[in-house]
Amino acid sequence: MTHAVELPLWAAIVVACLLLLGAFLTLVGSIGLLRLRDFYARVHAPTLATTLGIGCVLLASMLFFTVLQTRPVLHEVLITAFMVLTTPVTLMLLTRASLYRDRREGSPDVPPIPARPLPKDGAER
Amino acid sequence: MTRLLPFPLVTLGLLILWLLLNESVSPGAILLGSVLALVGGGALWLLAPPAGRPRRVLAIARLLWDVLIEIIRSNNAVATLILRGPRSQAGRSGFVLIPLAMRSPYGLAALACILTATPGTVWVDYDAEDGTMLLHVLDLIDEEQWMRIVKDNWERRLMEIFE
Amino acid sequence: MSAAILFWAVLVAQLLLAAAMCCAVVRLLQGPRAQDRVLALDTLYVNAAILLLVFGIRTGSPLYFEAALLISLLGFVATAALAKFLLRGEVIE
Repeated sequence: MTHAVELPLWAAIVVACLLLLGAFLTLVGSIGLLRLRDFYARVHAPTLATTLGIGCVLLASMLFFTVLQTRPVLHEVLITAFMVLTTPVTLMLLTRASLYRDRREGSPDVPPIPARPLPKDGAER
Repeated sequence: MTRLLPFPLVTLGLLILWLLLNESVSPGAILLGSVLALVGGGALWLLAPPAGRPRRVLAIARLLWDVLIEIIRSNNAVATLILRGPRSQAGRSGFVLIPLAMRSPYGLAALACILTATPGTVWVDYDAEDGTMLLHVLDLIDEEQWMRIVKDNWERRLMEIFE
Repeated sequence: MSAAILFWAVLVAQLLLAAAMCCAVVRLLQGPRAQDRVLALDTLYVNAAILLLVFGIRTGSPLYFEAALLISLLGFVATAALAKFLLRGEVIE
């Protein structure tokens, strides 16, 4: 860590706090993956890591490199934007896949497929 | 103008992305980035996405700020719930069926992203015919309350922006 | 002084993240169903990306940022593809 010697104390403290907070939230999310009881509850656990967990670490990284190189280092924003856009997509796909499989097996724990009135004759395309 | 720049926001976003990746604002980077952004916007035009664009920039900024506050708040709530252990939340997670009035595809996509990115709620399914969505909530105490939160907090404001 | 603070903070953060990855691996091996494993794999990807960012702060090299970006990209594509595969409902467990 010789490169961090010239970092001012305030920046070091802020970076350290953000790092610890982000890592702690990520750990809590992964513990939730183990402790929560069924799949649909477990889906919620990784969102801790993908929102504030990675957010705090990216803020720490941005602050660290910006202060150290005395120029704005902003490319970490890309990972944040990317995470914010992709996490919902993967989680939604995964939950829907799981719901589909549970419904096919006739599991009683998931809401059934909504009842539809049968299509009238001639309405078919 | 519309032919060359069918999606000005997308094109601008691509240019910013390129500049951030390169970490420079030199003329060369801007030139190459502009060409790539124009090609990207043109490629999106070929895909012919549904029409509609957001209005009211101020409302969007306020919405994003509230999403951030909500994410921080629910991070705290979910972390507490996980650390307290599985017994304290026995049988408390579940599905909620919420009827929506919003029909704009972009508004629905934004709502899905907001709800799923917030810890504690996952958007599961949307039924386009009767306009209901299926939401899974980790800490389901009161269905009515969640319905109110979704409709008042997010749906009404997204409708203002997208419809 | 600031180097010492950062050294310990980075070390503790790395240990916490390693523990988080272990939790995800346990869930990956335990299952019980395919969707649990895919979810655990996705979490593992995210945790690895965060760990790489912390490594970047430790070494002061911006190279790790690109590795983290790549890993998060790969994780997204992999999870989306696996979820799509599960949606077909033809996975034999």
